[in-house]
Parts: sequence; structure tokens; C-alpha cells
Amino acid sequence: MPSAVQSGVAHSLRRLGRFATFHVERLGYAARFFVAVIGNTPAAFRRLHLTLREIYFSGVLSLIIILISGLFVGMVLALQGFDVLQRYGADQSLGVLVALSLVRELGPVVAGLLFASRAGSAITAEIGLMKATEQLAAMEMMAVDPLARVVAPRFWGGVVSMPLLAALFSTLGVFGAYIVGVRLIGIDAGAFWGNMQSAVDFRQDIVNGIIKSAVFGVAVSLIAVFEGYDAKPTAEGVSSATTRTVVLSSLAILALDFVLTVFMFRGVS
Amino acid sequence: MSQSTDKAAVPERAGSSDVAVELADVTFGYDPARHVLEGISMTIPRGKVVAIMGGSGCGKTTIFRLIGGQLRPQSGRVLVGGQSVPDLDRDALFALRRKFGVLFQFGALFTDITVFENVAFTMREHTDLPEQLIRDLVLMKLHSVGLRGAAQLMPAELSGGMARRVALARAIALDPMLVLYDEPFAGLDPISLGVIGQLIRKLNDALGITSVVVTHDVYESLKIVDYMYFVSAGKIVWQGTPAEVQASGDAFVRQFVDGEADGPVPFHYSAPSYRDEMFAHA
Amino acid sequence: MNRNTIDLWVGIFVAIGIAAILFLALKVGNLVAFGNTPGYHLEAAFENIGGLKLRAPVKAAGVVVGRVERIRFDPSTYQAIVTVKIDEGNQFTADTIASILTSGLLGEVYVGLDVGGDTKMLRDGERISKTQSAVVLEKLIGQFLFDRAAAGSGK
Repeated sequence: MPSAVQSGVAHSLRRLGRFATFHVERLGYAARFFVAVIGNTPAAFRRLHLTLREIYFSGVLSLIIILISGLFVGMVLALQGFDVLQRYGADQSLGVLVALSLVRELGPVVAGLLFASRAGSAITAEIGLMKATEQLAAMEMMAVDPLARVVAPRFWGGVVSMPLLAALFSTLGVFGAYIVGVRLIGIDAGAFWGNMQSAVDFRQDIVNGIIKSAVFGVAVSLIAVFEGYDAKPTAEGVSSATTRTVVLSSLAILALDFVLTVFMFRGVS
Repeated sequence: MSQSTDKAAVPERAGSSDVAVELADVTFGYDPARHVLEGISMTIPRGKVVAIMGGSGCGKTTIFRLIGGQLRPQSGRVLVGGQSVPDLDRDALFALRRKFGVLFQFGALFTDITVFENVAFTMREHTDLPEQLIRDLVLMKLHSVGLRGAAQLMPAELSGGMARRVALARAIALDPMLVLYDEPFAGLDPISLGVIGQLIRKLNDALGITSVVVTHDVYESLKIVDYMYFVSAGKIVWQGTPAEVQASGDAFVRQFVDGEADGPVPFHYSAPSYRDEMFAHA
Repeated sequence: MNRNTIDLWVGIFVAIGIAAILFLALKVGNLVAFGNTPGYHLEAAFENIGGLKLRAPVKAAGVVVGRVERIRFDPSTYQAIVTVKIDEGNQFTADTIASILTSGLLGEVYVGLDVGGDTKMLRDGERISKTQSAVVLEKLIGQFLFDRAAAGSGK
């Protein structure tokens, strides 16, 4: 091979190697960061008002979008579900379809995606801006650990908010489906609720759904605080960190959803 | 320099020597191959206001970070109050930092809390003082910088000069032994410049603290400091009292003080010969 | 933002969140009361349980009287042993027939109990002797084809 091609190939390999090592290093750094954040949990709960404040900003302020989205998703599920089910004469099972879809999958996943875009990006931007305006450095120089005071409360605020938001999403979804299915389309209310109740198992479906949303909460919150803390302290740095949070969180949610679903629902046929 | 009587006299610091901060032959580089600082040695006596001056990017802020323990030197010693800063473990470092006050460039106030809460921050974090006492102390500190009336405002509502003064009040909140000022004069209007300068001097004398001011504002510094170090390209090129500075014939000092465009610090960034570059296409 | 207002809203948020979880558990799901409802256990052996699953209902005269608690395979008799829990107060005769049925064509699989005329009642831990296994569709079709072939050749 001519030496020009050789050096071209070598150059690409080197670039690939550097790319891989950079990301593996970053992953290791993120893992250490995660351990440090968890380690600061007692500090976060000692300053309970800070954590409550973060639950407010992550959870309460996301309520509107979660509740409205849940309602609409439930209503659409009912419309589409009815259309398909009635071809097999199974329209009495609409409640079952909607409830299982929401509780097992759509509740945790869609609420998680919405949470990542609304609250996750806000957390990243906030921490990134604090870094850019030297507020985090100032805190360090004042002998206050920013992990304890800024990062950990935001992490736990997200983790606590997520399962609650997912449950609210599913609830509004079921309610929306009820409105469309029973009130608008005319399915029997007794059949709707009755079939649903016998098909949805508490431990199998609801608890698993809650576990899923808790796992998503941890993933999204961790990604959000890490990207914020690690952002380059410039305008572009903060903006790309925010984008990365939304993208990574969304991918993480979908990937974790697959893994968790395999483990949780493989016995159910 | 007059003593202000706004504050009660501060007791002698225990274990005091005459030197608050000492850098001995410090070498540092963010990248080990390229040194930002080369063999810097400086002593900052207790109770004095000392300025570290130099152009942008000469390493002044790096010295600042070395004193504060945010960076470790490649070689040399950094001593604060007799303790070697790079050798301290996390807890000891945090304990030492509690004795500093720091005024960051542009203030770096916490934007999500009020002025009052900003000044009260270190009191709440490091002490168990009752609310009433914290309130009184915060108002006293704000009064000493003239902003007691702004206590309930948010940082976003303050002008640049006011924000700087609040940051100063925050820096002295726990009556530190050493206060570090990073570019306190940057971007201020003439009145605010005068105010900040006066506050730095008066608070230093009233509280019996040591002040280190990193800046490139010659005019304001000459009015208030006891001693000056000039840094260029990572080395100390000159040092002396304000009187000595003004009388000095050193080329760098003269370029800096008089604001000459060209001198020991060259006007042109290094480039190939002008003639060659312009006639390159011919 | 006032600290009290924040606390209030967080409290409301957590309260409605927990209410949503409870709603899902009780109205959407099948969580009955906490703690065990009193009842007793019976066993039944089947050749084939078809699509019977754990927690499937046990019905007598169409009314749910219990749940399937355990399903296991007996390697010595090659039969499926199903353990059901019957609610307290419901007694069944010793010659009760337990069948595996499906509600509707696509419906769930459940255990149906048909009472006999015996004077003795089943007690806790006893086995239902008469059982009828699930109808497996493939076998039914196979049987049908076999019968047709036999009827055709017998003509």
C-alpha cells in the first residue's frame, strides 16, 4: 500500500481510537460522579427544603404537560383500539387494551420522555449556567460542596417526581379512554371496568410499571445533572449539553424499557 | 489611610506570623509542557493590600487559583497562614477555605436567591448561629458596603456595581483572615470603581485582614494598595510600592502604567514578515 | 417563590401522585384488600390445564369463589396439580367436578366447579377427585379428522 494511503488509514484508526477512549473515559467519570452524587444523599435530605424546591420545579411544573398528554394519549388509544378490536368482536376488551398499554409501557415511557425534555433540559441548563457564571467555583471556594448543595437535590427531585408523574399519566389516560370508549362510543361501562380489573394485575403490571418509571427517573436525572455539571462554561457549551441531555435520556429510556420489559414480562403470555 | 469605626475591633488571629500568603518558586501549567507560571516567588504580609498586576492571560488568575487550592503547582510551595495548600486533604482544604473570602470576577452571586440570602449563605452553611443573629450580621455587612436597603432584591435586579458590592459583603461575611479579589474593577463605571476601591481599603484596615487584588487596573490600584507585583509571561518582572512604581524607569512598568501600545509586550502577534506575506501571490 | 407556597404545591403533587397510584391499583388493577382473605385450599389433578394461569378465577355457578394459587407438574403421574384457594364460607361436596373452561372464545381461562349430591364436604387440603381437563384445539381437530376418516372408511 502506498504510504499516503497507509497514513490515511492510520490516521482514521487513531481518530477512532481517540473517540472510543474519550467516551470510555467519560463513562468512567460519569460513574464516579454518580457514586459521589448518591453519597451526598444524606446531605440533600438534611437540606430538605432544597430538595422540596427541586421536586416543585421538576414535578409540579411538569404536571400540566403530563396530565394533558396523558388524557390525549388515552383518548387516541381508545379510538384506535376500538377500531381494531371490533373487527374481532372483542370491543368489550377495550379497557384491558388501554389499561395494560398505559400501565405497562406508555405511562412510564411517554411520561419519561416528556420529563426528560421539560425537566431534564431545565436542570442541565441551570447547572451549566451556574458553572459558566462561576457560581459553582464560588461555592467551592466558600467550602460548600456543590455536589451536595446543587446537584444532589436536583437529582433526588427528579427521582421522586418521575414515578408520580408516570402514575398520573396512566390515570389520566384511563380516564380519557373511559370518556371516549364509554361516553362517546358507547361501550358498556361495566364491561369496560370489569374486564380491565380482571386483566390488570397489581404486582405484575402496576408495580412493574412503577419500577420502570423509577428506573427511568434515576437515568434521566443522572444524565441531566451530569451533563450540566460537565458542560463547557460557554453559551455553546450549555446549549449542546442541554441537547445531549434530551437525546441521551430519550435513548436511555427506550433502551432500558426494552431490557426491563424482557425481564418483567417474559413469563406472561 | 484612615481607620473606619463602623465595626468593632477584631481580635488578633491566633498563630499569626507576619506573612499571610507565600508562594516560593512555583511553577505551573495546565498542560505540563507549557508553563503558565515559571518560578514565581511572592510574599504577602499580614494586614496589607497587595495587587498582582499584568496583562490578560499572563497567569494572574492562575495564581489566584493556586492560593485557593483549586490547582496544584508542578513544583514549588504555596503557603497560606503557614499551611502548605497543595498538601491538604479535602477536609483540611475546606476548613482552610472557610477562613478565606473570595470576590469572583463579575460577582458570581447565586442567581436563584436574594441578596440577603447570598450574604447569609456561608453563615448558614458553616455556623449554627440563630436566625436573629444571622439577620443582624447580614444587615451589618450590607450596611458596610452601602446596600442594606437592597437586601430583598434578586441578583438579576442589581446593576454591575451593586452586584460587585454584594459579592464583597458576601466575601467578608464570616470575617475571614484573607480576602482574594479577582478583577474587582472589571467593567465598572467611574463612580463604582471609586466605591469598590475605597471599600477594599477600608474593610481591609477595619477588619485587620489581608487582601490580594488580582487586576489590571493601574489607576485604581495605585490609589489603594501597599505593594504591587507585575507579572508577564508567567514571571514576576517587577515589584514595589506605589511610589516606587510611579518613579520606576523599567520599560515594562512604564508601558503598563502609561498604557503604551508597543513596548516589552509587543503590539504584533508573532507572524511571518509583512512583506513576504503581502507579496506571496506575486 | 415563597417557601410555604412551594411546600404546599409539593404536598399537593405528592398527594395526587399517590392517589393516582391507589386508583390504578384498586380501580384499574385487581388489588383486593391488603392481607389475606380467609379461605381454605383444595387440590385438583388435570391431564391438561390448557391456558390456565396463576391467579385465574375459580367460579361456581358463574360466581368467583376463589383463585388459582399454585400450578405444578407431578412427575410420577404426569399430571398437572392445581392448588386453589376457596373463600371462607363456600363449601363444596366431595363429588364436585372441577373443569377448566374458557369464558367466551377469546376470554380468560378459569376453573369451574360443578357441585354433586354427596353429603360429605371437602375440607382444607383435600383433593377434588373428578376433573375435566381443558379442551385443546389441536387435539379436537385431530379427533374430528380421525372420526371423519373412520366414518368414511366404515361406509
